[in-house]
Amino acid sequence: MKLYIAYFALVSATLAGGAMAAEVAPEDVKIVDGAIEQPLTDTAGDPERGLETFTARKAGNCLACHYVESLQEKYQFHGEVGTPLDGIGEAYTAAEFRAKLVNPKTELPDTIMPAFYRTTGFNRTAGKFEGKTILTAQQIEDVIAYLMTLKD
Amino acid sequence: MKKLLSLTAALALVAGATFAVAELADGYVAVEPTAEDHPLDEIISGYQFRIESTRATQDDDFENPGMLLLDQALDTWTEADGAAGKACSDCHGDDPMESMKGVGTTYPKFTEEGDNRAFRNIENQINFCRTERMEAKPWKYDKPDMLGMTVLVRHADRGEPMNVAVDGDAASYFEMGKEMYYTRYGQLDMACSHCHEDNYGNYIRADHLSQGQINGFPTYRFKWQGVGSSHRRFKGCMKNIRATPFNVGEDEYLALELYTAWRGQGLPVETPSVRN
Ligand code: HEC
Ligand code: HEC
Repeated sequence: MKLYIAYFALVSATLAGGAMAAEVAPEDVKIVDGAIEQPLTDTAGDPERGLETFTARKAGNCLACHYVESLQEKYQFHGEVGTPLDGIGEAYTAAEFRAKLVNPKTELPDTIMPAFYRTTGFNRTAGKFEGKTILTAQQIEDVIAYLMTLKD
Repeated sequence: MKKLLSLTAALALVAGATFAVAELADGYVAVEPTAEDHPLDEIISGYQFRIESTRATQDDDFENPGMLLLDQALDTWTEADGAAGKACSDCHGDDPMESMKGVGTTYPKFTEEGDNRAFRNIENQINFCRTERMEAKPWKYDKPDMLGMTVLVRHADRGEPMNVAVDGDAASYFEMGKEMYYTRYGQLDMACSHCHEDNYGNYIRADHLSQGQINGFPTYRFKWQGVGSSHRRFKGCMKNIRATPFNVGEDEYLALELYTAWRGQGLPVETPSVRN
């Protein structure tokens, strides 16, 4: 009984602490008809932080493959491997973006684009990345918020 | 066909010149695959994807830093080493640029001596000669002695078309290499083919993607500040996609080396090439 209480206290402390807001674990995310309706965290995505994640080489590094006209001046070296993302905010809903970021291979099995919120199904992942997602749940929500700003 | 002709023209130039890569640069763009089931329409050297100044460094043997290792290896060639008291020259003659002609383009392949038969690349063959014939210590992979001698063997065939055999006993290595080439690895979950088959010619951030050909290896890389093997490059590409690489000199990369060499069949050897 004591143990149970201690455990309970620990869990609520973590939740209350805010550092770890409730989030959907990678293995619990379900893609239904090319979309994930439920946000991965309680905290609404922030487009500014999303932009940082989008551009940072050690985070999303989306620019490695995607060109974005409005980022042309501030960021060098946009890739040509993926589709240019100008105006993409009008093409998809947040739920659709979520699915594309979590695992684009559900829809496009051969795509080069990585699955940013997934921990299983990989082959020979290097030790320090083993069992980890490329982006955190919050980073995914932030990037979605940024993508929604890309309107013509 | 036009492309094949331009290669032939380039090779003709090579025949008359001591250092022919400069001529080669103007003369060829790509070669056409001869194999029916080849995945590429045209086979293009990594050279074509590098910027002007990088190409210029490769084209000028006095500027090309890879040539230093060749000079060292030419000295080593005649130096006895090991318990048998032999040098490379004792078995292969004093002029490696003659005796090693037609060798570098055909590896990796099965080689044998007595009942010791194995699938080897140039590095492993060099060590085989060292341990079996010279009774000397094997050289370490990707260290200057080994790199230099590998450069030497390949350089003797500079300008000659890559010409590996993938039938017979080599077939199982070929199949293994092919499978690896199309297998996704690492947290980024990409295969060699995603970058070097589907996307060559495209930029991935600042990098201009080539076909990942190995006709220039061992290559001098500015990033490495030195010369490195194709296996080191394979490792680097696997690390970039957050995968655990395989071991240099071992079967997986020997298979991948054979398969990538075949993808570049017909490309002229550029060793030592220069890359960024
Ligand atoms: C290694 C390459 C690569 C990276 C990195 C990458 N993508 Fe992609 N992405 C692609 C490709 C290629 C496509 C087109 C789908 C296809 O044909 O595979 C695509 C498609 C998309 C689409 C759909 C576009 C459309 O028109 O339907 C979106 C949205 C997208 N990516 C967003 C992102 C974001 C955001 C990131 C970073 C968090 C990212 N991508 C990282 C290669 C990449
Ligand atoms: C994420 C993209 C990516 C993947 C996946 C990848 N590479 Fe590379 N590779 C590169 C880049 C970028 C370079 C440097 C520019 C170039 O030559 O393409 C390179 C260079 C090379 C080179 C040197 C070519 C030369 O001319 O010097 C070889 C060989 C090579 N890769 C082989 C491989 C093999 C084999 C695999 C699979 C195990 C692989 N690569 C996977 C991106 C990739």
